[in-house]
Amino acid sequence: MTAQEPLNGEVLLSVRNITKFFPVGGMFGRLQLRALSDVSFDLKRGRVLALVGESGSGKSTAARCVARLIEPSGGEIWFRGQNILQTEKKSASLEYRGDVQMIFQDPFGSLNPVKTIDHTLRRSLQIHKKAHRGKDATDKVRSLLNSVGLAPAEQFIDKYPYELSGGQRQRVSFARALAVEPEVILADEPVSMLDVSIRMGILNLMERLKEDRGLSYLYITHDLASARYFADETAVMYGGQMVEGAESEELVKHPAHPYTQRLLDAVPDPLAEHGERSGHQRWEPPILVDPPPGCPFAPRCPYVMPVCREVMPGPTHLNDQHWVRCHLHGSGDIAVPMAAD
Amino acid sequence: MSLQIPVLELESEEVREIGTGLQGPEQSQWARVRNWAPSWIAPLFHSKKAIVGMVILLIYIALAILAPVISPGDPKAFVARPHLPPSSAHWLGTTGLGRDVWAQTIWGARFTLEIGFLVGIATTVVGCVVGMSAGYFRGRIDDVLSLFMNIFLIIPTIPLLVVLAAFVGSKDLAYFVAVLTLTGWAWPARVIRSQTLSLREKDFVAASVVVGEKGWRIIFREILPNMLSIIVASFIGSTIFAIGAQAALEFLGLGNPGRVSWGTNLYWAQNDAGLLTGAWWTFVPAGVCIALVAFAFAMINYGVDEITNPRLRARSGIDKVLKERKVKTTGTRATPVVQQRSVS
Amino acid sequence: MSQVRPILDVRELRVEYMSPSGPVVAADNVSFHIDPGEVYGLAGESGCGKSTVALALLRVLGPPAVITGGQVFFNDTDVLRLDDRELEQYRWRDVAMVFQSAMNSLNPVMKIGDQIIDALQAHEQMSTRAARERVKELLQIVGIDPRRIDAYPHELSGGMRQRAVIAMALALNPPLLIMDEPTTALDVVVQQEIMQQLSDLKSQFGFSVLFITHDLSLLVEFSDRIGIMYAGEIVEEAPAKELFKDPKHPYTFGLMHSFPLVHGPRRALTGIPGAPPNLLDPPSGCRFHDRCALAFAPCPLQRPQLIQLPGDRQVACFLHDGVHDFDTSTAMQARIDEADLVGAHR
Repeated sequence: MTAQEPLNGEVLLSVRNITKFFPVGGMFGRLQLRALSDVSFDLKRGRVLALVGESGSGKSTAARCVARLIEPSGGEIWFRGQNILQTEKKSASLEYRGDVQMIFQDPFGSLNPVKTIDHTLRRSLQIHKKAHRGKDATDKVRSLLNSVGLAPAEQFIDKYPYELSGGQRQRVSFARALAVEPEVILADEPVSMLDVSIRMGILNLMERLKEDRGLSYLYITHDLASARYFADETAVMYGGQMVEGAESEELVKHPAHPYTQRLLDAVPDPLAEHGERSGHQRWEPPILVDPPPGCPFAPRCPYVMPVCREVMPGPTHLNDQHWVRCHLHGSGDIAVPMAAD
Repeated sequence: MSLQIPVLELESEEVREIGTGLQGPEQSQWARVRNWAPSWIAPLFHSKKAIVGMVILLIYIALAILAPVISPGDPKAFVARPHLPPSSAHWLGTTGLGRDVWAQTIWGARFTLEIGFLVGIATTVVGCVVGMSAGYFRGRIDDVLSLFMNIFLIIPTIPLLVVLAAFVGSKDLAYFVAVLTLTGWAWPARVIRSQTLSLREKDFVAASVVVGEKGWRIIFREILPNMLSIIVASFIGSTIFAIGAQAALEFLGLGNPGRVSWGTNLYWAQNDAGLLTGAWWTFVPAGVCIALVAFAFAMINYGVDEITNPRLRARSGIDKVLKERKVKTTGTRATPVVQQRSVS
Repeated sequence: MSQVRPILDVRELRVEYMSPSGPVVAADNVSFHIDPGEVYGLAGESGCGKSTVALALLRVLGPPAVITGGQVFFNDTDVLRLDDRELEQYRWRDVAMVFQSAMNSLNPVMKIGDQIIDALQAHEQMSTRAARERVKELLQIVGIDPRRIDAYPHELSGGMRQRAVIAMALALNPPLLIMDEPTTALDVVVQQEIMQQLSDLKSQFGFSVLFITHDLSLLVEFSDRIGIMYAGEIVEEAPAKELFKDPKHPYTFGLMHSFPLVHGPRRALTGIPGAPPNLLDPPSGCRFHDRCALAFAPCPLQRPQLIQLPGDRQVACFLHDGVHDFDTSTAMQARIDEADLVGAHR
């Protein structure tokens, strides 16, 4: 560990003003789909940041940019004191891959169906020279399987993915990521496709791994409730923009952005009475292709003002950890007393 | 007109879960065969159609290999009067040049099958390299390779072959393999490119990239093994194409008339007025052989289809089981109701 | 017990899948009833049999499924004895279904208006003009702009497509609507709107709903009664809020403690250890016993039967004998605290 290794809570990876455009549309006059606009967040050692949003919000795209699976159209990603988009222009270095790993959503698709678990884990170890051939590798594979709760390891080593359940496959995906001894794990909806009763097991596993190894997580989800449960901080995305961020409990208790409020309202509440909640306006997904200026939520916002359709506000800090990008609260970094609800 | 309510057959997630459970015992059957056959060949033995195809093919391969044993001597030797009908001395009679048709047919298998396999392999290899590169790397590489693919797909095969034949003097094996591969590589390349494009989007490929695998390793060690059934299917398609094109060329006289192959047999049959004189035995055997070999390959292809689409397999297995248990499937699509205690 | 005659009465339904290695019992001895105007939720995880039951009610399960026991009564009609012609009338007119993904139900190369017209004309003598008018009405009712009657499915958003499918299901005003995970693929905000629309429609037309999903919080909010399925059986049935506040079956308790909430206090959750059983080879006795923290002597030996409890509740568990009251929640919580299940099952 060098003197510059971040301590717990210190910033490990910093994403600054990332934008991403995808070309879509016909042969001539190509249109641009704006998937990400001015996205910034920090990942801190030993802490979990949740990115919450619905389809079209850009949360998965943001994760894939950090994983260097796709290249941002603009912006910076700072890791270990360098902007890796500059220092590793063409593709990520092996060092970066050894520090930043990713877990995918679909347990059925994220493991190669024609390779055994042993092969999959061994490759991780071999590529990053974490084990010598033969017995050393076998031992490390066993220990990886144990650490993700797949014990006895012998039962799983020679199996193919189709012989395991969804939860077991996700555990193998974690083992594959842990093999390279990463600092950061990007988890893209890791439990959305699992049975309800198994999800907690996986989230609890992630928690334990975080504590044991000082990992940092970027937890992508559409489920605000699981973000509240698992993440220290939560940031909300809409239409490719970050719209609000705070400590998870604070966000859920005092949502400032109208979209966050709408999200919270929409989550099913077993304690509510049937049909108790009021009717809402028709919901359409945000316009991402050739989007109009201003805030992407303006067409749906019950509190929309003329300025909202012209300018996207900068972040306003409501208190130390809680920021929001909404003209209701200010247009920059000066907190304006909140408008009456 | 009845309503388009989808009859779900192993579709919904839950039913798929149950269906996955059903795979268990089948897999163990495969395991037995898997012990002595590579895992992608073993399932072929479960398809009746594939077995029929393989048997026919094996017979012809045996005939070709054992030609000197079964029919010793020079098949081009003059053995009797021309155009003799089949008899006990000459099982398939004689050609217009007095050659034994049976010997010609047996020996003809050699060249034809040789060409078929060689071209099949060559086009598949070229198709894999080109198709997978185009599909995986995309971008400019894909643009260039696809352009080539499309050009070669558009050019009509037989006219191109005819033109090439006019320019090349000696028509040896290498010539035919080169020419047929040139005209035949584009189609497998396209199919393989499509499959690569779709497999590339799978999460396990992204996971390999994130873990740090290099591009070439990903293509050949991660993606290729998932495409084996498509590759085998395109190999089979190419082989059938090669055999047919070869025969066509030779029939048109663009081959080497001095060589003994099914195509040249047909050429000579036509040349020596076999059809006019009603000597059916001079052209029927070669024609039937070509058709049978193509048929055999097609049957094997069916078997490969059943592997790639497990639903086809499930259907045939299920009908059998329902019959065994005497469940009346009344020819409707409604779920059958059985008012009996089932065996547990 | 309710005095009203139920609109759907399922008794001891048994559905098997014929596999080469033996029958797989996907639904075993399933009994429940739905009253007119009621929303009945059927909950469970993958492989529990809920979709199988729903499809069996319409007799649309394809091979290798066979219904091997039980009875299904829709009002007075014995559904399992209907012939093809009668089934065609029964389906859509009496009972309609909204499938899991709208893309499964909508033909991508047909305009949505035409598809609903198809459904109408298949069951009623109607001129195309009259059918078109009716379809415009239906679209209006479900919240789609009637001018979109000539749109193709891919031109609509996910929420719109689901509304179109609901319109198709309601075309003939059926008294019973079966919905199989209708909002699973949709964003939570769209889901809320669809559920709201559904409530409004239900108030307006008075149909009953069989709502199938794995999302328990959604069910608890919107259903009147809920049945919990596990490994092909109904293990508990109760009014929705009761089920949430006081689950009797340990599996129900486990399920209720498997999803975090945004409202209310933050709870530590454990989920349920293990995985749902392979139906080819289910556990002996109670199918849940190998994952149950409260399992005791009889559990591996015999299958518990559904027992009536006060308050219109049923449960299949040896802990509940119908005579003495057993507080499952307290017992489970005690087990969790003492064994630190949270740590053990990470």
